[in-house]
Amino acid sequence: MRVLLVDDEEELVSTLAERLAMRGIEASWVSDYRSALDIVEHQVFDIALLDVRLPEMNGLELKRLLEERCPAMKFIFLTGHGSEEDFRACSAESGRDYYLIKPVQIEVLVAKLNEIFQQ
Amino acid sequence: MLFKRYRPRFLDYHNQASGMYKSLFNFKQLWKQSISITLVVALLPLVALAIVDYKITKQATESELLLRTARLVSNARRTLTSYLDERKFALNFLVLDNTYDQLSEKSRLSELLDNLKGGFGEWSDLGVIDHHGIQQNYAGPYPLQGVDYSGQEWYKRLNYTDPDSYQDNISMRSNISDVFLGFRNMPHLVISVLHNNPIGLEWLHYILRASLDIDHLSAILSQLEVSGDGDAFLINHEGVIQTPTRHYGGVLEKFPLAIPTPSDRTQVIESRDHLGHQIIVGYAYITGTPFILMVIKQKQNLMKPWYDTGAQLLLFLGCSILTIVAVVIGISTYLVNSIFQADQKRLATLHQVEYANKMASIGRLSAGVAHEINNPLAIINEKAGLIKDLFTFRQEYAGDTRLIGLIDSIISSVDRCATITRQLLNFARNIQVSVQKVNLKQIVTDVLEFQTKEAGYRSLTITVDIADDIPEFVSDRGKLQQVFINLVNNAFAAMKDGGTLEIKSRMGTDGRTIVTTVSDNGCGIPQENIKRIFEPFFTTKSGSGGTGLGLSITYGLVKEIGGEIDISSTVDKGTTFSITLPLKFNAKQGDTDARTTG
Repeated sequence: MRVLLVDDEEELVSTLAERLAMRGIEASWVSDYRSALDIVEHQVFDIALLDVRLPEMNGLELKRLLEERCPAMKFIFLTGHGSEEDFRACSAESGRDYYLIKPVQIEVLVAKLNEIFQQ
Repeated sequence: MLFKRYRPRFLDYHNQASGMYKSLFNFKQLWKQSISITLVVALLPLVALAIVDYKITKQATESELLLRTARLVSNARRTLTSYLDERKFALNFLVLDNTYDQLSEKSRLSELLDNLKGGFGEWSDLGVIDHHGIQQNYAGPYPLQGVDYSGQEWYKRLNYTDPDSYQDNISMRSNISDVFLGFRNMPHLVISVLHNNPIGLEWLHYILRASLDIDHLSAILSQLEVSGDGDAFLINHEGVIQTPTRHYGGVLEKFPLAIPTPSDRTQVIESRDHLGHQIIVGYAYITGTPFILMVIKQKQNLMKPWYDTGAQLLLFLGCSILTIVAVVIGISTYLVNSIFQADQKRLATLHQVEYANKMASIGRLSAGVAHEINNPLAIINEKAGLIKDLFTFRQEYAGDTRLIGLIDSIISSVDRCATITRQLLNFARNIQVSVQKVNLKQIVTDVLEFQTKEAGYRSLTITVDIADDIPEFVSDRGKLQQVFINLVNNAFAAMKDGGTLEIKSRMGTDGRTIVTTVSDNGCGIPQENIKRIFEPFFTTKSGSGGTGLGLSITYGLVKEIGGEIDISSTVDKGTTFSITLPLKFNAKQGDTDARTTG
């Protein structure tokens, strides 16, 4: 399972990538949408973990661009907002995407990744 | 008691606020001004008109009375004059028709008296008096033959008058006496006619004299229809009563009132009688006689019908004034109360807007803070997680339980922070999000989460008992949350340390409402304050930071989501707020003032 982490908080994503690696999940991280679009040109990812709020482009728009390039890719959103309702309020395709609220517990994240990967 | 119950609230309303929260009017003063101005405008013309009308009608009635009296006096005078004239002319005819010798015959005089009695029944006797004043012949029931009249005033007047001047003038040759008793000791009057025929060179003077009973004269007067318990009678110029009266004494007694001033015409004056009663006096001097015709009416009696009508009008006026006063007070009270309510509504709306703005600001601030803290929290979480991972995955640190304990402590603190930020975000979101499906139990739990710390410090017991059959229902979650926050805060403020707060929720009996009670065992609210408890700025927490807005806003919020709020309280026992919420959401915006102003 290869996972792409996109978040402008580099400290966060780098640590998260390292922790996932410790659990046998191959994770790459980038901190802006250009790097994200670049990296998918060269590497293949099964799942992308996107921050909802990114500089210049929000997570939902980035998701659409990534989908065009990698149709098989699955997505999980990370949100600093309090609840699912908030997330749905900004997502037109509510219900089909997954979300996790920051700060996220690593066990929960791993379980979610596995669950999506199994599908 | 009744007045107290329906006493309009604005009378006791004291707005101590300033600035935009100040009332637009001083309602008590406005009410008083409205009533007094309307009353003056309504009553002044009415009363003025009534007074003018009263005076005019009274004057008209009085002048009508005077006129009627004058007419009566005139008619009576005419009747009396013609009565006395008839008798005078009858005697004159006898004097002219008979010679002195004929009249000196006893039988002839008796015959003449009989004839006179046949024509006018009331003659009592007839006598002939020679120029020495001696009664030479007499026909009648009394022994008056030979009586000397020469010393009497009437005789002198007739006998010594210059014969040339009254040859043809009957009024100069005749005399009508006052009523007197005379030799016969009976009230009567005497008519005398002088005869002065030239016989050769000498003038022969003699007088035909006849007495009249006053009965017929009295009858004429008593037949007059004198209204108002009135009296019609004769007095002479000296004020001696000549015919019987009803109220002013017997015949030949002194008339108790002043003798009216002489006049050729009929006169009517208003006066007071010897008993102090108001009277209308009509009088006429009867020419050629010593008589004054008097007609006296009791004004009080005559005016009685008018007084009765006047009393009815006065009663009607009184009723009208009472009705006008009642209507004016009613309408003014209603209008001022409407303005008062509108003003209260304006104030309540202002408070609502201000409160909503404040809450929105707090919401935005909370959301911003929570979101910004979440990112560093996430980093701390991940870093701590990584350290723990390192300890867990690398055997060389695995044995250091103290370090792992420290890391766990960091992670659990991060969790606590995350819970707080999540609550803040929830709170902020609820302020802005409007109608949605809500879970009452969840809302109560959310609200109490904020309060558990304080409850812990003060050893307050909180029990929540929400029935399982309460479904999720559509309502405004934010407002509902605020309602519970306010009520719980209120209960906390009322309770001493160690108190018990109970929140209980059941389906309403009609199955369409949810009834939730928030009860505390605090200090309670005195009965007189309960009515005002939902008013803006009403507070009993003076000096302890109470704004008096909390329950007012709570009330408004409950109304806005279509619910009802009630309160029951006993001093020193506690207070229970009962909120009834509809299962079907029905926003009632604008109803927020129903209690606060009504």
